[in-house]
Amino acid sequence: MHMSDLSPASASSSQRSLIARLEIDLRLLGMIGAFALVCLTFWIVTDGRFLSARNIFNLTIQTVSVAIMATGMVFVIVCRHIDLSVGAILALASAVMGMMQARWLPTTFGLGLGHPLIAPLTMLSGLAVGTAIGALNGWLVGYQRIPAFIVTLGGLLIWRYVGWYLTAGQTIAPLDQTFLMFGGAEGTLGVALSWIIGAVASAAAIWVQYSARHRRRQHGFPTRPVWAEGVVMLLTSGAILGFIAILNSYQVPQAKLRRIFEARGEVMPEGYMQGYGLPISVLILIFVAIVMAVIASRTRLGRYIFATGGNPDAAELSGINTRLLTVKVFALMGFLCGLSAIIAQARLQAHPNDIGTLDELRVIAAAVIGGTALSGGIGTIHGAILGALIMQSLQSGMAMVGADAPLQNIVVGVVLVLAVWIDIQYRKRLGMR
Amino acid sequence: MTPLVEMRDMSVSFGGIKAVDHVSVDLYPGEVVGLLGHNGAGKSTLIKCLSGACRPETGEIRIDGQQVEIRNPRDARAYNIETIYQTLALADNLDAASNLFLGRELVNPSGLLDDARMEAETRKIMARLNPNFRKFAEPVSALSGGQRQSVAIARAVYFNARILIMDEPTAALGPHETQMVAELIEELKRQGLGIFLIEHDIHAVMALCDRAVVMKNGKRVGTVRVDEVTDDDILGMIIMGKVPPGAT
Repeated sequence: MHMSDLSPASASSSQRSLIARLEIDLRLLGMIGAFALVCLTFWIVTDGRFLSARNIFNLTIQTVSVAIMATGMVFVIVCRHIDLSVGAILALASAVMGMMQARWLPTTFGLGLGHPLIAPLTMLSGLAVGTAIGALNGWLVGYQRIPAFIVTLGGLLIWRYVGWYLTAGQTIAPLDQTFLMFGGAEGTLGVALSWIIGAVASAAAIWVQYSARHRRRQHGFPTRPVWAEGVVMLLTSGAILGFIAILNSYQVPQAKLRRIFEARGEVMPEGYMQGYGLPISVLILIFVAIVMAVIASRTRLGRYIFATGGNPDAAELSGINTRLLTVKVFALMGFLCGLSAIIAQARLQAHPNDIGTLDELRVIAAAVIGGTALSGGIGTIHGAILGALIMQSLQSGMAMVGADAPLQNIVVGVVLVLAVWIDIQYRKRLGMR
Repeated sequence: MTPLVEMRDMSVSFGGIKAVDHVSVDLYPGEVVGLLGHNGAGKSTLIKCLSGACRPETGEIRIDGQQVEIRNPRDARAYNIETIYQTLALADNLDAASNLFLGRELVNPSGLLDDARMEAETRKIMARLNPNFRKFAEPVSALSGGQRQSVAIARAVYFNARILIMDEPTAALGPHETQMVAELIEELKRQGLGIFLIEHDIHAVMALCDRAVVMKNGKRVGTVRVDEVTDDDILGMIIMGKVPPGAT
């Protein structure tokens, strides 16, 4: 990170490249470049439709479910494990939540449809189911020493079909109105609140960067030049506010607005417009990303996850309880599956039995495209989210230009292998493992 | 004087093979005791009972004369026993500070890792142990063998180890780095630590140790003071199991 620690040859500032002086992670830059390339290509091919506010909005809400699980998968893979059961856990959590809000709570417990407690109780049940199954996976892997591949391959077959029996194989709908707000377009924060959140987020990002620099200076460590800090700050807040601006510029369709006014018994004023703004589901993803990134880099749990992935023996000898750690990592993965189930189900506005099918592969692919090494010890949260975004962009872009589903799968498969190959070449060149 | 460590009548077997067969050794403060023997002689297994990586079937361990139970590496740490392994010690993907504090991280009042303070402490101790050390921000996989070893030793020193176990600490090192580790061992001795040194290299044992324990086929051949015997005496113990006069 700190180029001044390196050999004298690279210490003279005139020889250092712009990127080195900004101290931006090169791999992150590569991924952003790849993402930009994908966007640009589809932008040209679709005559600009791909980067319309509407498509960016849709792309974001389609990515959320997989991206949330991908952040958990980073920890699982960093620990040298794998979780093939995430799609199945999502399906079971979704089945339980479908039954909760459509049958059990309104009828069995007699709350009646539309009761305000239905949405929170339903969500709690989904999160609890996901966490419990994840913890069970972790116990089987950590304490019973069954390879994670086998435990979760079994889970892939088991949990979805437990859900199937629960719902008697039926699709469950309609869902609770409050619950639907977590799906994306049905629950957005509106223009004003989105701007406020964007401003707060920019300020927070700048503060975090400033305080990190301040701490390093207090200890007398080398810091990057002030102008470089400024450039990074500008880029970060520019990206945040730009993203908000795009989501705000996507207008709620007139017909939908008119229905909302009619439902309130009012008449919509002529020429009334309203932007969607930030969807709640995306806000949840951002929150998850921040929490997971803090866990990864600033907590003992995260440090132990990476240490265990880097050298399990060293971790054990350092007094880390690696078995309990395995349970925690899988339980966290399960919790995130439950959270994704809320968002996926609310977006589909139903619980279909095939919800989350093949999500395990999308989630693993997102983590791996995002630079998580299957050999363990290496991976980042932001990388996994970017990986999920790249995959979703490819799929949605191809759908937009009319490529059929088989071709979409072929391309995503090729990109997965290509991304890992490039990463291996990159590490080789840097002399990394 | 009470020994710092006494291991009495220790036995460990793996699937019917006696890896360690009723062995007793002791260690005094400010002393370096070498453990020698062929591969498979049982020296590593014996010492793993002390570091908590292996549970003995028979025998007892006393620290400062008190009988103790060491069930895992955490227990060992609680008795200020630190182990420097030849290969196993470090998480390659983490930097020096993360490795030094692994399992005992410094946190700020809100419970988050205080990386800046850990790096500052690491810089302080490395300035003492290995002033040429510069690579604080890189993962330790980018370090040389000697630099990695100095991180491992820094870990033991930082946490006030009283009993240090070193498993071939110089095996992967060049001559200059070996010299550095030798000086470090002398310094730790002066500070009153007791050190068990597992070694293949007889010259290293003669140079660094006060006493040497030779093992063969899981049994203790004998214990000698290195200034009372020759290289050949020790070789004879390792190869033939021949006990020189004066050995105990």
